Parts: sequence; structure tokens; C-alpha cells
Amino acid sequence: MAHGVPAADFRTRLQDWIPKLVLSPSLAAMLVFVYGFIGFTVYLSFTDSKMLPSYDWVGLENYSKLWGLSHWWTAITNLGIFAALYIVLCTGIGLALAIFLDQKIRGEGLLRPVYLYPMALSFIVTGTAWKWILDPGIGLENTMHLWGWESFHFDWIKNRDFAIYTVVIAAVWQTSGFVMAMFLAGLRGIDNEILKAAQIDGASNWKLYRRIVIPMLRPAFLSSFVILSHLAVKSYDLIIALTGGGPGRATELPATFMYSYTFTRNSMGIGAASAVIMLMTIAAIMTPYLYAELKEKS
Amino acid sequence: MGFLDIQNVTKSYGNVEVLHRVDISVDEGEFLVLVGPSGCGKSTLLNMIAGLEGISSGDIAIKGRVVNGVHPSKRNIAMVFQSYALYPNMSVGQNMTFGLEMHGVPKPERDKALAEVAKLLQIDHLLDRKPGQLSGGQRQRVAMGRALVRDPDVFLFDEPLSNLDAKLRVDMRTEIKKLHEKLQTTIVYVTHDQIEAMTLSTRIAVMNKGFVQQLGTPKQIYDTPANVFVATFMGSPAMNVVPARVRVVDGVPHAAVTDHDGQEQLLAFSQANLAQWDGREILLGIRPETITDPDGADRKSRNVVALRNMIGVTEPAGSDTFVTMTLGGRDAVARMRADVTVRAGTRFDFAVNMEKAVAFDPKTEERIEP
Amino acid sequence: MSAATQETAVRTGAVTRVFIYGLLIVFALFYLMPLFVMLANSLKPLSEITGGNMMALPQAWTIEPWQKAWSSAQIGVEPTGLRPYFLNSILMVVPAVAISTIFGALNGYVLTKWRFRGDSILFGLLLFSCFIPFQIVLIPMAMILGKLGLAGSVPGLVMVHVVYGIGFTTLYYRNYYAAFPTELVRAAMIDGAGFFRIFWRIMLPVSGPITVVSVIWQFTNIWNDFLFGVSFGGQSQPMTAALNNLVQSSTGVKEYNVHFAGAILAALPTLLVYIVAGRYFVRGLMAGSVKG
Repeated sequence: MAHGVPAADFRTRLQDWIPKLVLSPSLAAMLVFVYGFIGFTVYLSFTDSKMLPSYDWVGLENYSKLWGLSHWWTAITNLGIFAALYIVLCTGIGLALAIFLDQKIRGEGLLRPVYLYPMALSFIVTGTAWKWILDPGIGLENTMHLWGWESFHFDWIKNRDFAIYTVVIAAVWQTSGFVMAMFLAGLRGIDNEILKAAQIDGASNWKLYRRIVIPMLRPAFLSSFVILSHLAVKSYDLIIALTGGGPGRATELPATFMYSYTFTRNSMGIGAASAVIMLMTIAAIMTPYLYAELKEKS
Repeated sequence: MGFLDIQNVTKSYGNVEVLHRVDISVDEGEFLVLVGPSGCGKSTLLNMIAGLEGISSGDIAIKGRVVNGVHPSKRNIAMVFQSYALYPNMSVGQNMTFGLEMHGVPKPERDKALAEVAKLLQIDHLLDRKPGQLSGGQRQRVAMGRALVRDPDVFLFDEPLSNLDAKLRVDMRTEIKKLHEKLQTTIVYVTHDQIEAMTLSTRIAVMNKGFVQQLGTPKQIYDTPANVFVATFMGSPAMNVVPARVRVVDGVPHAAVTDHDGQEQLLAFSQANLAQWDGREILLGIRPETITDPDGADRKSRNVVALRNMIGVTEPAGSDTFVTMTLGGRDAVARMRADVTVRAGTRFDFAVNMEKAVAFDPKTEERIEP
Repeated sequence: MSAATQETAVRTGAVTRVFIYGLLIVFALFYLMPLFVMLANSLKPLSEITGGNMMALPQAWTIEPWQKAWSSAQIGVEPTGLRPYFLNSILMVVPAVAISTIFGALNGYVLTKWRFRGDSILFGLLLFSCFIPFQIVLIPMAMILGKLGLAGSVPGLVMVHVVYGIGFTTLYYRNYYAAFPTELVRAAMIDGAGFFRIFWRIMLPVSGPITVVSVIWQFTNIWNDFLFGVSFGGQSQPMTAALNNLVQSSTGVKEYNVHFAGAILAALPTLLVYIVAGRYFVRGLMAGSVKG
């Protein structure tokens, strides 16, 4: 029996290292630009940074200031209204369209891309289009008047109390088709034999969907909730293009608040604090979801 | 020292040892089959020989050279995978010569080797096709061809027939056997199918729970299983293992087993040393084909004893008829000739060839050596 | 996320079907209306918009708004039109997409076929980084870009998009390669191929579909990005930021027709990709949401 030292030869050891070397630039970038930067922003939120970063520790002062600002409360309230309506409407419309489209519809191949194309557009484009469509002077209101409906009145975009709802309309227009696609994929994944069995059991279509199909779409509901809520928290472009945060500050969201406090109002510490709160909101939604998804797969 | 030596090899993942102290020495030209249920460690061992998994302790040597830590491509081995693992984007010919290409063999030589192997396996007409255009059996041949082209020291087969349908599997089994007899190559072959193990191998290692339960020729494994696991795993239908008590009558040890009615019946052992177990519990192992009708009993056997028992269920299988009965409180199967008249619910005189019976210690489940 | 093929076994009556078709068509009109409005009004003279019906087709067709949006409209302080910004976007998108896709493919290959202890934690971190609100990195990124001298430049934007795009591309390739039989990689190892050779000869030739998905996703995302563009674009602003500048400019008459033409110009590349390869676009969306 030959007694060689059972150590790996050079090539094998090299092969062990190459994968890690290949992965390392991405990991380094991630650690610095994502987690390092998060750490830095968290740190800034505890300093008295104004126009430029400062390293003087002020503890929780920025957070207490933030929660004392009426602008921030406006932004948070708006986010609550916007996110709730956006998620409910997108899910409702998406589910309805998916179920209807799943009834062996002629021209499904034509309708599906029509519902989905807004997702390919930039929120800036969406915002621009809806800005003028909703504008009472040239848009929908004007059109209705010209078509003879003189009493039609629709000036939400100019109205402080209603402007946030126009953001919902544009956002739902952009995303609901995508939610439809997620539900449709879920529907197509349901075993037809289950549907046949339920029909033989005497379930009406309404009961069939309410009792069997919709409960089976749970994963699609979960995914769309997670995606929509994280899109809602991140909403920035659409506000800028559609209302610019106005009228006044009526449609301010945390994302626009953060930007203006950090870069135009010279309150970087408060801006950083608001960014941290946005991150925590998203982390609270995404982390359990990602954890469950990863665990399930492995 | 053999051609392929597996010495004291263990495998652990973290603190969990999944393979315990395996010692196998394979001679040149041998066909070793590693057989066992899933999770027994057979594939892990094969992957360790291939170099696809590390060795936690011990040595693996090929032709006297320890290959622990040597890259798989430098061990001069070839492997046939369960899924065949044919590269989908390459033609059959490219698939088969990829290894030679990687080892820097010049094109003319590659083509020559390819032509020879393709002819041997009768796949010359498929060389320009893509794997996706082949049938299961053809893919299997290509996968073997890819291994043969390399002309390696050791061939490793990882359940190569398990993706084929029943008929093709039998054909390919014969084919592999022919190929081995013709080329006299050294093969290590993993399967969970005990029939493949019996028919193909020159030696079998039966594995369970990370231990080699028994290493021996197919005949040794079948006739003298080392323990209850090996006895019941190898053979189909499985060996009947029923509780019995040893009674020495006239100096001859007998197995006392209860029949359908709970009455004790005495079956004389051929194994004299069982007299030491007088009065103690054992497990009696009888293969189904050694319980027959009296006319079907082995004429060469010097110890065929009668057993009268109630017939439970009969299962005519064409070539044989299987009969179930209650023995020692458990179901036992007898294998009769096809044209024997048996009726469920009647009593029947069985003939048991006790020359082939084995006894196990009920505590350790090890066979009691003669 | 696989192709939707199985038709439902549910049967519906005639009245229900009329209702369903009606509703589906109403929604189709809702989704198409803004596109129609943009297109119709971008081909009208301004007077027809301010004095007329937004929903009407042009009476006097003109492509002047398009020409103006493209080459002479006032963007910020310069009357350059959107053309230079379109070019900025192209210069930014092409390298950013290419680099992030290459890294994603290699990362996915490592994370599925060369697994090591702790790799799933790394992947989890990478995955989470896809979903962070970018506001959390804006301040330090602005500082770093300034230090590197990349602030307000196309290379700076490329870097930003690569860094925050790798998570998604890695996710795509990882999920795709996870379904690719590991036995093939093992066979190639025994055949003597090394890390890069296996990637090049075995993995890449079958990576066509996921590469299309990844490229389309990255292209759409980066082209449509506004936050990074407006924050770090400086003199090299991309199309989205320029369009916003054009529309929000407070000086002079609001030229709605030019705005609409500009909006379509900004949407055109991604819209074209959607029309040509919509199937892959949807796959990317789904894979990006129903992850794993």
C-alpha cells in the first residue's frame, strides 16, 4: 500500500478557490454598497448632519424631530391611504381580470399584453400621461364637457383632499395588469381534476371559486401583497411626475420627503432617519417572506 | 493489495458520520456491485471513489496510488450517471469525445477511439444527433460510450438502468454483462435493485445505514446472508424470517414453529451446531423457493421435511404460483410450480428443503454460523 | 412562473360570458386610453389640444411636436431636445446591462453548482438587497461617487446600476441553474473540464432563455430608473430625468403635444422590447416576484 499524503493536488485546490474568487467582487460590492451604506445611513440618522454629513452624535434627536414634523405625518398618512387602496384595488382588479381571462376567452392572447404593457413603462411616462389626462383644463373633465356632459366635474388632481387618489389611479393603471398575470399563472397551475371533482360535487361556479379556487391562490395573494407593498413604500417617480408632491404638500410620500429634506432642505440627519424608517418598513414585510421562500426551496 | 483499494474510509457531514469504516479491495477485472436501500451510503461511496466528494478519513487507492484529494479528471476513472448526464448542446460524438478533448488528445486519435466504441455499442449511426433526439436506451448507450472512449482504469456506474422501462432494463443489463465479459474492465456499480446486483456482479457489497453489511459473491450473499437485513433485502420475494424455538430431538436440532392453528411443527435442521441453542428462541430463515409441493422439492437435497399448514392466499404468477401461509405468527410465502393444484382455505402438505434454511440470533440478527 | 398552458375546466353560461367579455373589453380600453391620448395628442398642433378634445384624433396631423421634443425643446436651460439624453441613456444602459448580466450568470453558477458552506446566507443577503428602498443608500452613494470623481457622469450611473442590479440577475441565473442537472457538471469534471470551461461549454450554451429574461429585465429597469438618474446624473442625465425636466418646466407655454411626444420617446425602447419579447418580459416579472 502506497502511503502518499492524502492532500489535494494543486489543481483541485485551485478549483476549490475559483468559485469563491468569482463570487467575491459581487459580494464585496454588496457588502459595501448595500449593507455598508445602510450602516452609514443609520449612523447619519444619529448625527446632526445638515447640508453635509457631520459626525456629531445626537442620539435619537432626529427621530423625535421627524415624528414631530407635520410634513412627515402627511407623508405617512398619505402612504397609508395610498398603499391600502393601491394594494386592494390592484389585487381586486388583477384577480377579477385573471379569473375572467381564464374562461377560455377568445382573444386572450391579444388582451393579456394590453393589460400588461403599462408595466414596461417608466413611472415618469405614466405620470406625465395621467397628469394631463386628469388635468381639468385639457383632460377628462374638458372632454366630458365637449361631449355634452356639462355638469361633469373631476378636478381631484388640483384638490388637496383628493390629489392622493389620483396617484392611486395612475399606480393601479400601471401595476394591476402585472398582478393579473401573477393570478393567471396561479390559476393555470391548479389541477383541473380538482375543478372537475368540485363540479361533480355540485358546486356552482361562484362557490367553486370562492371555496376552492381562491383559497388555492394563497401563494399568489402573498406574492402580490409583498410586491405591491414594497412598490408602494418605494413610490417616488410617480409622485414627482404626476403631482410633484402637490398641490402644496398634499401628495408627499416618505420617499419624496426623504429626498427633499436631505438634498433641498439641508436636513440630512432627518432625511437619513426617514430613509431608515422606510427600510425598516420594507424589511418587516420582505424578511419573513424571503426567509420562508428560501427555506421552502432548500 | 487490489486494483482499487478502499481502506477504512469514512464520510461525515459535520458531526454526522454517514459512512462508517468501509474496507473493500477490488481486483482487476472485477464487477463490484454496491447495493442497498436509498440513503444507505452507496452513492456517497461511489462519489468518493470518483473524487466528487471528499473523504473524511481513510484512503482510496487506484492501482496502488492514493487518490484522496486528486481531481476527478486525474484519477483515470469514467462514470455513467443515472440521468446519463449527456451535454444537451453537443452532438453524441462531441459528448463522447469531450473528455479526450479536455485531456488534450489530438483529433485523429479521438476520432479513432470514437469510431471503435461507437461500433462496439452499435451507435455509429447516431453520432451526429443531439441527446434530445435519442430514446432512453440510446442515451444509455451513449453514456456508456462516453465512459468507454476514455479507456479508464475503473468504470463507475451510478444506477444507470433506473431510468429505463422494465423491458429495456433487462436488455441493457444483459448488454452490460456481455460488455464486461468481453472487455474485462474493473467496474464499481451502484444500484438499489437486488436482481441487477445478483445478475451482474462478481462480488456484491450489501450496504445499509452507512455500514457494509456483507461483502461476498452473489452465491455467498444469497445462500449465507450475514444477517436478517441482507437475507430479506436480497431475493424476491424476500426470505421468510419467522420466530422459532430450537428443540433437540434424538440428538438432532429442530426448529419448532407454530402453524396456522398455533400448533407447533418440527422441522429438522441440517446445521448440527444449533443443538447448542436447545430451548432458545431463534429466527428461522427460509427462502420461498425452498418451500414447495412435495413433487417440486429439490431431489438433490438430503433434508426435505414435511410441513402441513393452511393455505392463506394463492397468487398464480404464470411461471410459478405463490402461496401465503401463517408460520410462526407471521405471513410466509412459498413458491410452487405453476400447475400445482392449491386452494385457499385448505390444508396442504408442503415440502421444506431445510438444507438451505438459515438461523439468526434474534438479539443481534446476525446469522448463527454453522 | 412556467408558461400558462392549462385551460380551466370551469364552464360558464351565455349571459355570464357576455358580461365577462364586456368587462374585459372595458378594462382593455382603460389600459389603452393613455397610450391613445399620448399618441393622438403628440400628432396635433397645440391649439387643437387647448381648444379641443383630448380624445379626438388630430384634424391637422403634424410631426412637429416630435421633432421639437427630439431636437429643440427646452430641457432645463438648454434648448437641446431630448436627443442628448436619449444618448446618455443608451450609453448608460448597454454597459450596465452587460456587466450585471455577466456577474449574475457567474454568481448563479457558483451558487448552484459550486456550493460551499454559508452560500445560502450570502444569497439571502443578495436577495434582500434587491428590495431595499434606494433612499437608504442615496447619501453615502452621492459621497462615494463624488470621491471617485464619478458624480454626474455616465460611468457613475453605470456603476450604480450594476451594483444594485446584480441581486436580480443572480436571482434569475441561480433559479435557472438550480433546475439544471448537477450530474452534467460532475460528468464534465470527470471529463477534465475546469470551472470556466464547464461554464463556457456546458452552462452557457443552454442559458439562452434566462439571458434574454435577465437582459430585458435589466434593460427595462435601468432605462426606466428615475431616482438614480436625477440624483447622480448631473450633466449626464438619462431620458427619464430629462422628460421630467421638460414636463415640469415652469417657463413659457405648456406644450402638451411636445410633452406627449417626449413621453412616447422615453417609453419607446422599453415598449419595443415588450412588443418583441413580451413573453420573456413577463417571465422576468414573475421570476422577480415569485422568487426562490
